[in-house]
Amino acid sequence: MAGVMDDAVVRGVGKTGAEGRQRWLRNALGQVKSRVIPVALYLIVMYLLVRVSLTGAEAMGYNWQWYRILDYLFRLTDDGFQWGEISLGLVTTLALSLQAFLIALAAGLIVALLRLSDLVVGSALAVTFLEFVRNMPLLVLLYLFYYVLGPIFGLDRYAASVLCLGVYHAALVSEIFRAGIQAVSAGQWEAARSIGLSTGQTYRFVVLPQSIRFMLPPMAGEAVHIVKSSAIVSVIAVVELTTTGRNIIADTYLSFEVWFTVAAVYLAITLTLSIFVTFLEKRYAVKT
Amino acid sequence: MAGRRPIIEIRNVDKFFGDFQALNDVSLTVHAGERMVICGPSGSGKSTLLRCINRLEEPSAGRLTVDGIELTGAKETLRRVRTEVGMVFQQFNLFPHLTVLENLTLGPVRVRKISRSEAMERARKYLDRVHIPEQADKYPAELSGGQQQRVAIARSLCMEPRIMLFDEPTSALDPEMINEVLDVMVELADSGMTMICVTHEMGFARKVADTMVFMDNGEIVEKSPPDAFFSNPSSKRCRMFLDRILEH
Repeated sequence: MAGVMDDAVVRGVGKTGAEGRQRWLRNALGQVKSRVIPVALYLIVMYLLVRVSLTGAEAMGYNWQWYRILDYLFRLTDDGFQWGEISLGLVTTLALSLQAFLIALAAGLIVALLRLSDLVVGSALAVTFLEFVRNMPLLVLLYLFYYVLGPIFGLDRYAASVLCLGVYHAALVSEIFRAGIQAVSAGQWEAARSIGLSTGQTYRFVVLPQSIRFMLPPMAGEAVHIVKSSAIVSVIAVVELTTTGRNIIADTYLSFEVWFTVAAVYLAITLTLSIFVTFLEKRYAVKT
Repeated sequence: MAGRRPIIEIRNVDKFFGDFQALNDVSLTVHAGERMVICGPSGSGKSTLLRCINRLEEPSAGRLTVDGIELTGAKETLRRVRTEVGMVFQQFNLFPHLTVLENLTLGPVRVRKISRSEAMERARKYLDRVHIPEQADKYPAELSGGQQQRVAIARSLCMEPRIMLFDEPTSALDPEMINEVLDVMVELADSGMTMICVTHEMGFARKVADTMVFMDNGEIVEKSPPDAFFSNPSSKRCRMFLDRILEH
């Protein structure tokens, strides 16, 4: 509204031209303050950072060999096109994260429903699980899964990693579910009950569809989080993105180039996810 | 209501919320086809009584029988009773993520287990009855308060209940929309539906009620036919309450 009125004034509805111009100038100054200055500041800081690291590296006598990195992304040989190690590591990271996220979603929903249920045993179980997982360093949990549960249940390193990440994030995801479910008003439960829907039907047809809207933003944050925490499985040598990076460095000593590349790849995944979620949020906002 | 069969029997019901006693030894019988209006000051237990009838609240003591089924905690009887008892809320409580038609068909399809096409037909019939057939494909947020409440009434009717409960159905409405909802309720009363309405719309009460009930402090203070109720209430508390709300 304010913007529309400003425009009307700028066009000079009963105003002199000089006053209109003054308004325009003030608007332009406002734009500079709110948009241009932060972007400029950001660019300056980034420039300084890159500059400092480059000169620092030079002073160390670091020999940049960026041209060798491309081979680790993909190769064009006589046999044709081939993916490089970093790309394959990326695929493993994505598969690992996706599988863990699916486990986290399923387990998280069950934990949230147990916690919200009238069953005393159910909510006690849920709370115990939550407190156990949340108060444990992820690294220790990973060791538990790989070195303790692994031999007992015959889990290989990949399965142990997926399960560990899934369980760890299930705790966080369940809190998102719980908050989303509780954000739906009590009146919805009463209306659903009054037409005879069971608890399960009420969740399925009335409550959960409404809570998706509340859950999407934090759930997306969780997806990003899981991709980032998947890097920790490199300590048990699952060959994903981070492990691949370490292996390449062990062979080539290209530590600066490789870590910059690995970081950029992680950033690309998480930024893509964030953009996708913003899109989803907009769609859901229109629909309801 | 002589000669008619009792459909709701409430015997010595107490309800506590913590230390607060919302219902104090309430007994009440409602007969099939009876139109009962309950009034009383806020906090007097009217809504709680209504909510005990379809067990949205669980009585702390006492017995409740609806259509021959005794209300216990058992899930199956609970569901059966809820399908026989429709409820209309002050805040409408429509499902905002579903269209009007989907709001109306959810219960019949999922609880009554009738086919989708039959449910659609039924939904359109009741939308006609509440005079908004043209709003079938809209979302609740696109309707006015009065229209939303009429959709809520239609949603209950789609379950084809034998009893309808109204919990202050016009209290959240703008004044100009109250009559469109009351008109629908009058028509429903004329069709012979058993109704219990918690409301302060005394014009409506005079028009349709067979029985007036006045509650205060969790007790039923007065229960009489409307003529006697309005002209000569036997209790002082009831007279004071009526004087206050009928002043204007």
